[in-house]
Amino acid sequence: MASYTISVNGKSQQVNVDSDTPLLWVLRDTLDLVGTKFGCGIAQCGACTVHLDGDAIRSCSFPVSAIGEKKVTTIEGLSASNDHPLQQAWQEHDVPQCGYCQAGQIMNAASLLNKNPHPSDDEIANAMHGNICRCGTYVRIKAAIKSAAEKNS
Amino acid sequence: MSIIKTQYNRRSFLQVSAASGGGLLLGFNWLTSCTSSQMADVPKEWFDINAFIKIGDNGSVTIYSPNPEIGQNVKTAMPLIVAEELDVDWKNVTVEQADLNTVKYERQLAGGSQSIRHGWNGLRMAGATARRMLMEAAAKRWQVSIDELTTTNGVVIHEAKGNKLNYGELAFDAATVAVPEEVELKDAKDFKLIGQKIKNVDGKKITNGTPLFGLDYKKEGMLIAMVVHPPAFGLKLKSLDDSKAKAMSGIKDVLLINTAPKEKQWSDTNAFPDLVAVVGESTWQVMKAKKALTIEWEEDTPLENSEDHERKMNEALLSKEGNVARQDGNTANAFKKAAKVIESVYSGPFLAHNTMEPMNFFADVKADKAELAGPIQTPEFLRKSTADLLGLSEDNISIQMTRMGGGFGRRLYGHFGLEATVISQKMQTPVKLIYAREDDMTQGTYRPATKIKYRAALDDNNNLIGFEAKGTGVPGSPLFPNRFPAGAVDNYTAESVKIDTNISTGAWRAPRSNFTAGVEQSFLDEVAEAAGKDPIDFRLELFDRAISNPVGEKNDYDPERYAGVLKLIKEKSNWGADTPGVFRGVSAYYCHNSYVAQIVDLVLENGKPKLKKVWCAVDCGIVVNKEGALNQIEGGIIDGIGHAMYSAMSIKDGKPEAHNFDKYRLIRHKEAPLEIETFFVENGIDPTGLGEPSLPPVIGALANALYQALGKRFYTQPFVDQV
Repeated sequence: MASYTISVNGKSQQVNVDSDTPLLWVLRDTLDLVGTKFGCGIAQCGACTVHLDGDAIRSCSFPVSAIGEKKVTTIEGLSASNDHPLQQAWQEHDVPQCGYCQAGQIMNAASLLNKNPHPSDDEIANAMHGNICRCGTYVRIKAAIKSAAEKNS
Repeated sequence: MSIIKTQYNRRSFLQVSAASGGGLLLGFNWLTSCTSSQMADVPKEWFDINAFIKIGDNGSVTIYSPNPEIGQNVKTAMPLIVAEELDVDWKNVTVEQADLNTVKYERQLAGGSQSIRHGWNGLRMAGATARRMLMEAAAKRWQVSIDELTTTNGVVIHEAKGNKLNYGELAFDAATVAVPEEVELKDAKDFKLIGQKIKNVDGKKITNGTPLFGLDYKKEGMLIAMVVHPPAFGLKLKSLDDSKAKAMSGIKDVLLINTAPKEKQWSDTNAFPDLVAVVGESTWQVMKAKKALTIEWEEDTPLENSEDHERKMNEALLSKEGNVARQDGNTANAFKKAAKVIESVYSGPFLAHNTMEPMNFFADVKADKAELAGPIQTPEFLRKSTADLLGLSEDNISIQMTRMGGGFGRRLYGHFGLEATVISQKMQTPVKLIYAREDDMTQGTYRPATKIKYRAALDDNNNLIGFEAKGTGVPGSPLFPNRFPAGAVDNYTAESVKIDTNISTGAWRAPRSNFTAGVEQSFLDEVAEAAGKDPIDFRLELFDRAISNPVGEKNDYDPERYAGVLKLIKEKSNWGADTPGVFRGVSAYYCHNSYVAQIVDLVLENGKPKLKKVWCAVDCGIVVNKEGALNQIEGGIIDGIGHAMYSAMSIKDGKPEAHNFDKYRLIRHKEAPLEIETFFVENGIDPTGLGEPSLPPVIGALANALYQALGKRFYTQPFVDQV
């Protein structure tokens, strides 16, 4: 066990966990932030996607000891009141079916739009390729990202 | 307006709360679950009108969704049906997931695309009965005849005197009104909500990370448990050294558990009732401790291989022994006099369900009762097996249904709930059991591996005079003997051969249809080609035969509705007007009471197929929630294409060869069709389900489009290495 102070959604949090504990389990088990999902544990499905200084990372394979001073943002902290353009677009396009992968999809898409505010269809498909949706909502995910991107001036 | 006797299904919804103290839910602690901004609109009192409806004194309405939610969106659609007949503004409706309650509700099960079909009448009656009781309360208050009253959007109106009362003002009285013996249901033309595009009631919570799923469930003092099952079908535990694991930080215990109920139900399918369980404080600690176990396994039953399955299935297709499930005419004779015979064998592999949320369950077992919570498609069955295992009455076991991160049939089989139960009982503490992806993917309950051999006989005029289907699989045949083209061919044989296995298998989204539809529709494409006929016209000829002069009596489909979706897609897709560089394949199928026809359009980019558009025509009768319906159809199409193209589970020495998504390929963004367009047949028939029907046929449309593009037929799933 070791003590780490990490910044999560703008709040400084002290956690006592094993140094190899993936960020995912610190979020879910220690900090009660369960919006970030466990899917595969080997960075293959994207359900656990969060931001580290705005970049999408797979929290299931990212040890807490490697966070350092960088800022973690989870789905719970993506916007103040669930009003990020992507969250709104996800609801407008009624994207989710089971909904389990969608927090990871949104976080990955948010990181894409941070870097590339007006992605082409191919750029969206490439950027989102690491996030599996088992229900098959890909067509709606793409439409929602395009809608949100249109709102970027 | 139709009138319906409320005695029908009485038990299921007419639990009028007069029996439990007038339905007045005093002291109901609603405020704690609301944010401050909502408080102004919160009712002070709630009144139970029946098992589905609770009305607050301010006109707020809560509608309980009875069935488990696995992503099929019944949590929106079922309450929507109630709200339609209740005649309330959807904006004032809050939906809550009901717990398992077999006194109040019937068939709380997610499976077979049956929730809407079975729920339709009962849900409408629940809404209509409540509306009638509110009107009766108003009639009494105003001392007028109920015939003079109307309702609109949650208000009872007496037009003549200009009186209005909202449902909230009448709820107290309504809760004590006798349940009417018959009620009027709306005409379909008067529907305000049904048929509209209504957003998912959990859409906001899903996109902001609110805890909803089984894996998110928490209770004070809860420990985390994981299980280790044998790495191969046929192996059992020989020895366990848990000394290292037990000494690790956060680890509470390592247990050997047996989870087999004395009386096994179908839902208890499970290859591994004997398990090692590791229990600890946090998930990561338990995951690490699992790796520190030293376990030796020994052979219990023979270890199987996919190569052996392949050989056995091929032998079965050649063997003379089979169970002939249907015989019309004289098929052997038809083939003797045939001008052309077409014969093909199609194969499909084992498939894992791979719900994105791995198996998990919460249990808190006490000496005299047990509380369970988690993702389960069959809560009633789980409760029965839990009662059996614990020796408790079912009345002392509660099951809370959490939202499920996918089902696809996997969560029909509730062994994980029993595992959580046994672990909690032994630990005497609340426990949440979690499967790692590897535990989940290698546990079995797979879609069976299957093969069908088809033969078709054409006469000199290219009429289909004989049709033979012989199916086999590990463990069972995927054939449906009474489905199309049975009924449309004079000489028809359907025959099945079983093969024993120790690999556990189960229902996988659209069981059997998920294989049979695609391959049957591929084969019919071959036959149409051999007959020199357009594939849609060829099918329509067969349906004409089934309409005008059907063969046999037990045909499991309505040929007019079947032909209807084909005609609709033919028109909408502009079939026959070829676009250079676009390759098209068609298919149609009927399963789970709904009819679907599809056309896949694909192009070649650097010689590789790219899916441009999928056209889809659906006859599911009345469309309840158009948004949810479209989403289900699109998802089924992508699921079907994905598994036909990319997915398979193979077995070597009893071991599932893929353990995680690095080896088990699922369809991803880049591989999805660019566009899907769906058209509904409007016929006003009572609604049927959509969780499954769009998946099976698309595999045929895909294979047929690939044939047009690449000039070769696709007989073995998955296709990815053949394109």
